[in-house]
Amino acid sequence: MAFSRENKTLNYDAHLADISPEVLRKLYRTMLLVQKAELKVSDRYHEDEMKTPVHLCLGQEAVAAGVCLNLNPDDYVFSNHRGHGHYLAKGGDLKGMIAELYNRATGCSRGRGGSMHLVDISAGVPGTSSIVAGAVPIATGAALASRIRKDNRVSAAFFGDAAVEEGVIYESINFAMLKKLPVIYVCENNFYSVFTPLHKRQPDDAIYRRFEGLGIPGFRVDGNNVLQVYRVAGKAIEHARKGNGPSFLECRTYRVKDHHGSASGVEVGYRTQEEVDEFKENCPVENFAGFLRKRGVMSPNELEEIGLAVEREVDDAFRFARESPFPAETEVGEHLYFQGWV
Amino acid sequence: MDWSKVLIKDEFEVEEAAETEGRKLSYVAAVREALELAMTHDERVFVMGQGVDDPSGMFGITLDLHRKYGEERVFDTPLSENALTGVAVGAALSGMRPFYMHNRPDFLLLAMDQIVNHAVKWSYMFGGCTGVPVVIWACVGRGWGGAAQHTQSLQGLFNHVPGLRLVMPTTPRDAKGLVLSSIIDNNPVVIMEHRWLFRQSGHVPEGIYTIPFGRGRIRRSGSDVTVVAVSYMVIETLLAAQELREQGIEVEVIDPRTLRPLDEEMILSSVRKTGRLVIADTGWKTGGVSAEIAALAAEKGFPYLKAPVKRVASLDIPTPASDVLEKKFYAGKDDVIAACREVLGKSAG
Repeated sequence: MAFSRENKTLNYDAHLADISPEVLRKLYRTMLLVQKAELKVSDRYHEDEMKTPVHLCLGQEAVAAGVCLNLNPDDYVFSNHRGHGHYLAKGGDLKGMIAELYNRATGCSRGRGGSMHLVDISAGVPGTSSIVAGAVPIATGAALASRIRKDNRVSAAFFGDAAVEEGVIYESINFAMLKKLPVIYVCENNFYSVFTPLHKRQPDDAIYRRFEGLGIPGFRVDGNNVLQVYRVAGKAIEHARKGNGPSFLECRTYRVKDHHGSASGVEVGYRTQEEVDEFKENCPVENFAGFLRKRGVMSPNELEEIGLAVEREVDDAFRFARESPFPAETEVGEHLYFQGWV
Repeated sequence: MDWSKVLIKDEFEVEEAAETEGRKLSYVAAVREALELAMTHDERVFVMGQGVDDPSGMFGITLDLHRKYGEERVFDTPLSENALTGVAVGAALSGMRPFYMHNRPDFLLLAMDQIVNHAVKWSYMFGGCTGVPVVIWACVGRGWGGAAQHTQSLQGLFNHVPGLRLVMPTTPRDAKGLVLSSIIDNNPVVIMEHRWLFRQSGHVPEGIYTIPFGRGRIRRSGSDVTVVAVSYMVIETLLAAQELREQGIEVEVIDPRTLRPLDEEMILSSVRKTGRLVIADTGWKTGGVSAEIAALAAEKGFPYLKAPVKRVASLDIPTPASDVLEKKFYAGKDDVIAACREVLGKSAG
């Protein structure tokens, strides 16, 4: 079956290898932060105070965490319209993100960007693009800068399954392979582009093999298994950092929420409740919590504590955002031109 | 066959008393010198583009620069105009200063997503947290049957977009200074040269100097009619002005040098003096640069106008190949003369 979305039980043992307990806890905390932030956005979205189209990544937390925890603070992450998870996993400022969703002056993009345009220069997130595949060549260019300067930074491009339908990704990989650039291309295959399923858009679902002709190594991973993502992305990033060139990762996952907003998409009829429920059971965060508990990496108490701590962090960010001022109307024209780095 | 030798009949010079500083250089040598200075003084600067390290070296501008500065700083690219523009944007975001060269602006249409959706929006969209100091350079072609896809003057399209600086120099001195200003600037700049300007030579100061964006030059002073001429049309307009002087008409010729930002003050104060405005552009008339400058006169200079504004531009059709049709397509000296006479209420002459 060409377009199967296998819903196997997540097999963590096969990918545990020698990953340290410290990293395991970090992976969990990062996923939990993304999940709790997204849930809160989802819960409050109906209040209509966040006037920006949110594309939630609930269900896809493992890809962001598994890739970004392999990156150094000065490595680059470029992302897309569904970018909250990548931003937070790379260390982007939570308060700045939530304030941006609330259209405030304290938002990371000073109220000019909204949900789809998050930035945190010090965390290595130079920006996200809501044009599908738009940030893919830009990530490639950051890798070129790294090559010219020989500063050993790696660049990661996150994009969805529809991005491989854009010509610019072929052009980008061609160039990255030609120059052996330190970049990894991370495709989050969630099997939908808005309402349109993958099988209506592509002749087969072997996305990881799509660029084989260019010679780029391609890997398929279970995008809900944070340990598999972490391990495979780690190898790809090491390969890039050593000067051996780019890699392509297809992370098969599922978005629990609709293309945009907090509904499930079931009500409009492009997918069924059974399908959504099936993948909710495959939740990358809860399943991983179960694994950590079973393995004795974290006790039930520790899990509860970390949950409360993350919740407080998210609550603080929402409070900060809602107490922040809006941008001044008179400043609408500011920032058209960049004034320069200080 | 070398196009340039076939195409460009006459060498011409646009010199002013104040601009005789420095040695005489060809247009190509002036642009080349700007790139060499930039790369010598700033290791963040690099040059990319199809053929920049080939034996023709982008009209000679980049010839052998890869030998001097290394193949990592001067390199040929796959055609992939959209991705390579994105690559330049990404490198610029990461602190580099890419100078991306194209033989023709026509090819920029393949890169419009990265230019219009990304490069020019990045600063605003992210609240001024970061910028894209990228320069995109292209050269308008003309003649020898280049036809519809190798001759377009697309400044009208780019002029529409906020966040972009749009530069169209005329003289070697300005070309060098504006290339340097563009590289030094923290924002995306499109420089559109015109192939027919390349046989010019003129005085060019040595060393690094810059020309501010939004500051035009009065190429010739006159009291009867103002002509704002863009790029190569400056040459045609100066030739027209010579003939018109013999007819007793004194033309003031303004070369805006940058279209965005535009030197509105210079144009308006000239119109205040002459009361008459003609705009001569290398691009199409409808919705183009000449329309924008005419709108400026209507909005801010209406009280000064003694006659309707007149525009001289290419016909609103794709460029034809046959030289018989080409002559009809392009506006030139005679069209400028006719337009000036018309706004002065004189017969075609």
